[in-house]
Amino acid sequence: MSLVDKQVIQNKMSKRSVKNQIMNKLFFSATAFGIVVLIVLLYRVFSEGIGHLDWGFLTNFASRFPEEAGIKAAIVGSLWLMAVTAPVSLLLGVGTAIYLEEYASRNKFTRFIQINISNLAGVPSIVFGLLGLTVFVRLMEMGRSIMAGGLTMSLLILPIIVVSSQEAIRAIPKNQYEASFAMGATKWQTIRRVVLPAAIPGILTGGILALSRAIGETAPLLMIGALSFIAYLPENVWSGFTVLPIQIFNWTGRPQEEFHLVASTGIIILLVILLFMNSIAVIIRNKFSKRF
Amino acid sequence: MKSKSLILTLGMSLLLVLLAACGNAEGSENNGDGEESTKEIMVDGSSTVFPIMEAVAEEYQAANPDARVNIGVSGSGGGFEKFIAGETHISNASRPIKEDEKALLEENGIEYTEIEVALDGLSIVVNKENDWVDQLTVEELTKMWSEDGGVKTWADVREGWPEKEIKFYSPGADSGTFDYFSEVVLGDAQIRQDASLSEDDNVLVQGVTGSLNGISYFGYAYYAENKDNLKVVPIVNSDEEAVTPSQETIQSGEYNPFSRPLFIYVKNEALQNDSVYEFTKYTLENAGEMAKAVGYVAKPESKYEEALEKIDELAGK
Repeated sequence: MSLVDKQVIQNKMSKRSVKNQIMNKLFFSATAFGIVVLIVLLYRVFSEGIGHLDWGFLTNFASRFPEEAGIKAAIVGSLWLMAVTAPVSLLLGVGTAIYLEEYASRNKFTRFIQINISNLAGVPSIVFGLLGLTVFVRLMEMGRSIMAGGLTMSLLILPIIVVSSQEAIRAIPKNQYEASFAMGATKWQTIRRVVLPAAIPGILTGGILALSRAIGETAPLLMIGALSFIAYLPENVWSGFTVLPIQIFNWTGRPQEEFHLVASTGIIILLVILLFMNSIAVIIRNKFSKRF
Repeated sequence: MKSKSLILTLGMSLLLVLLAACGNAEGSENNGDGEESTKEIMVDGSSTVFPIMEAVAEEYQAANPDARVNIGVSGSGGGFEKFIAGETHISNASRPIKEDEKALLEENGIEYTEIEVALDGLSIVVNKENDWVDQLTVEELTKMWSEDGGVKTWADVREGWPEKEIKFYSPGADSGTFDYFSEVVLGDAQIRQDASLSEDDNVLVQGVTGSLNGISYFGYAYYAENKDNLKVVPIVNSDEEAVTPSQETIQSGEYNPFSRPLFIYVKNEALQNDSVYEFTKYTLENAGEMAKAVGYVAKPESKYEEALEKIDELAGK
């Protein structure tokens, strides 16, 4: 007498393995779909845009002649914008996260704030543009400057930074805190010497991904009145400016086919910048991550 | 202690950037408005007019390296909103200013001058393979495009045309092109619900290129650029003649009612500022040529001269 009925197993086995095979194929095609779309996109952009890519493209201003058109003002504008957005959003975002995680007592009010922050992350970007227009441009009289644009962008990505920083802080084991408190450290000392060093990879990864979103946004900046043509470089944060996505958007709307190709070249540059920022995020995560 | 030094460097750089930002804040209080600073020229408005102004600004900037020409694209309406708020010197528009916008400008004490810088011809196009549409009247267009016109197939428009369902493509409701077309063709009627609307005119071009029974309308530049893939429909004008849009027929006004002027609105007060005056003058001297270069149609030379005289008078030159 055998303990297991081999016949039953045999019968069920093929059915189970077919099911496994089907699932395998299903999930593979889900992955493949995304990859194929990405490849088609990249192929199109590169085949159209690579021809125009040269040094002149980076050092020329926009022009009515497609062959002379460049993105100097747009690249410099994007960098200026990041120079305002990055410090403001990181300081405010990490500050908020520390307060919510470490200092705030858990009551209805903080829960209310928490829910609102999560909701803000899902608000359409054009709404932030409207806010920026009324508050920064009109009320605070910043005009259509880099400062107004940078602050608007900071608000846009603030919720993402807050939430990712909170996650990073929350991931630190409680025993780390207890050890620090046991040594007689105050809360601030603990945050500074224990929490932040351990949370920095998570915070920076979230921050850089959020900044990558900001560098690719158009709608809020169009709303606050970022420019489309500007043939000089911004001198300070109160100058007018344009950014890469606006320049690309502008070129794709033109009737002339050549401008669509120029737009593709612009997209290549934007992709390179995004890739660069994302790899920094990966490097930081790999280099500084601690395991507990 | 790698992470510690990392935090330190980051912290320091953040601080530096912030300090730099604050330093500038104090130094630039007086040019925040753009009104007092002599070099800044603020232009905003229609995306249809933008290519002309971009071309003009490009040339102007090359001739005057310290000029500071800023051009935004907020759309005709968005441009006027900023013009009313006193944020811009020149507002581009692909339609005339509306009554309520006029009232708001008056309320804010802003006097302005309307200048026509170029002409555009709304081109009504069908698929290249469409061999039955030879010409259309405005009445037929009205019947076709309005919601209760009762047109479904080409045969409903004119007898003898095939019984194939027409596909309608229209610019988005925010554009000046849509405004102009609906004013001329639709009047108070609603545009048909089954029309596909797109803010990007290139999408319309693709729509008509791709469907045998498609029909659309857009600026002359988009037709001129895609001449080989589209068939333009001659439109019966007020003299009962079917006219095809071209540089000549648009400029002479023969191609009506779909020749439309493109405007810039200049703030009179800003003309006292030398750089705005110089730029406006330069625009009028070159707009015709630039308009042609980017696919629009120039106004007759005499019109620009008239406008120039008016500008000179206002600036007291």
